[in-house]
Amino acid sequence: MNENNNLLVRLKDCGVQKSSKWIVKGISLEIHKGKIVTLIGPNGSGKTTTAKMALNILKSDEGSIENYSTKMAYVPQKISIDWTMPLRVIDFMNLTSHINKDEIIEALELTGVQHLIYNEIHNLSGGEFQRVLIARAIAKKPDLLVLDEPVQGVDFNGEIALYNLIKEICTKLNCGILLISHDLHFVMSATDHVICLNGHICCSGSPKSIVKNSSYIELFGEHNAATLSLYQHEHDHSHQTDGSVKS
Amino acid sequence: MFDDFFIRALVAGVGIAIVAGPLGCLVIWRRLSYFGDTLSHSALLGVTLAYSFSLNIAFSVFVISAVVALLLVSLQKRTKLAGDSLLGLLAHSTLAIGLVLIGFLSYIRFDLMGLLFGDILAVTTADIGLVWIGGSIILIILYFIWKSLFSATVNYDLSAAEGMRPEVSNFIFTLLLAGVIALSIKMIGALLITGLLLIPAAIARNISSSPRQMIIIAILSGILSVVVGLFASLEINTSSGPSIIVVALILFIISLVPLEIKGQLQKR
Repeated sequence: MNENNNLLVRLKDCGVQKSSKWIVKGISLEIHKGKIVTLIGPNGSGKTTTAKMALNILKSDEGSIENYSTKMAYVPQKISIDWTMPLRVIDFMNLTSHINKDEIIEALELTGVQHLIYNEIHNLSGGEFQRVLIARAIAKKPDLLVLDEPVQGVDFNGEIALYNLIKEICTKLNCGILLISHDLHFVMSATDHVICLNGHICCSGSPKSIVKNSSYIELFGEHNAATLSLYQHEHDHSHQTDGSVKS
Repeated sequence: MFDDFFIRALVAGVGIAIVAGPLGCLVIWRRLSYFGDTLSHSALLGVTLAYSFSLNIAFSVFVISAVVALLLVSLQKRTKLAGDSLLGLLAHSTLAIGLVLIGFLSYIRFDLMGLLFGDILAVTTADIGLVWIGGSIILIILYFIWKSLFSATVNYDLSAAEGMRPEVSNFIFTLLLAGVIALSIKMIGALLITGLLLIPAAIARNISSSPRQMIIIAILSGILSVVVGLFASLEINTSSGPSIIVVALILFIISLVPLEIKGQLQKR
């Protein structure tokens, strides 16, 4: 198949500047159909900002963004729904597009929360709400799915099940997935391309190649890196406190 | 049994209540009640300008409210002041300018009380046409931007990511709010318009469990407030605006009862 037909989003040297400080800079990445791209990195490293550029929520202050996706779905990192709005799960499922009830139930079943369909959103627990958020994104049948720490607050068994579901959805819908995750085990075992962020792209590549990379080891520490790989290389650069590279 | 003016007021008031229902719900969900207040305070300036240049009152109020809304957006970008401070600044300065201008217009007999609190005697047949045609236009526009507006109310990023273009619908919503204020200023008066937006929606929040239900109940309780309020206004000779708002308040208190009962039952 033609490589370009599968391209959903291409970021070329993109960056976002806020009050004359770069939050992220020099981001280049591509998301293709049927592939999972993962962003990893410490807090404040620009993972969410990068995801928002890919989603066209934030404009890039440099470089260029090409977006060929026709239907995007987004699971934001944190979302708080005001108690002033009486919103049930079923209303929330229909938020940005009209989905018929069977498909809503089907999607909720996939994430294990079909019994909550008529509950008010603000009565759900954090983990339950997270499952609803994922179900809503899946029910849209998107060609690009962006998940920002989708399993936060979900119980341990549920976490594994949801990650497997994400992998399954990727194949079933043949959609491209951009995932932000702190779960290095999943990232390394199930994703196709890993991007290690810290204000810029420290390193990127297949999970196998990334665990050998010195920047990765520096970012995540010897211990975490060692659980996934025994390799270690020379550091090719080091970071200042704001995440920029020391020259 | 009724005088003509009373029927006119009733028809116009019901029209306003229907439009105010969904917009009021959005004002509550988006926590914009002070924004509504600012727009309605600036409406007084709109009225005085209408008298000065003999313009249509509703048109002039709409333009001034829209200008104030745009001013707010541009001030928010330029200053470091918080939104509520800027709203206060705009609300009171436009109200003050309006009142100063009224002073200059001493050659016209002004019913200041009428402007501030509404006057059912002032409702003409043309006003009814304005309310129902203007109101229909507002509701039709609202219908078309609803999905975008509603999703942006729940979560802006989600709405933007999924192609709902919330920035456009937010802008249109501001104009619709200015529109409903323009339509209702004669009836309710500049100081109390936000009450008619807010209180029926607040009543609805107490007793509804879905957004659609909340809008319908807001409309119904708005209509009930207008009808009962106008009857009271006629019977005991009070200003129409305050009478309507007091009835709405009574309905709000009644709407707390089911909540209390529910709370008591859950305790057991």
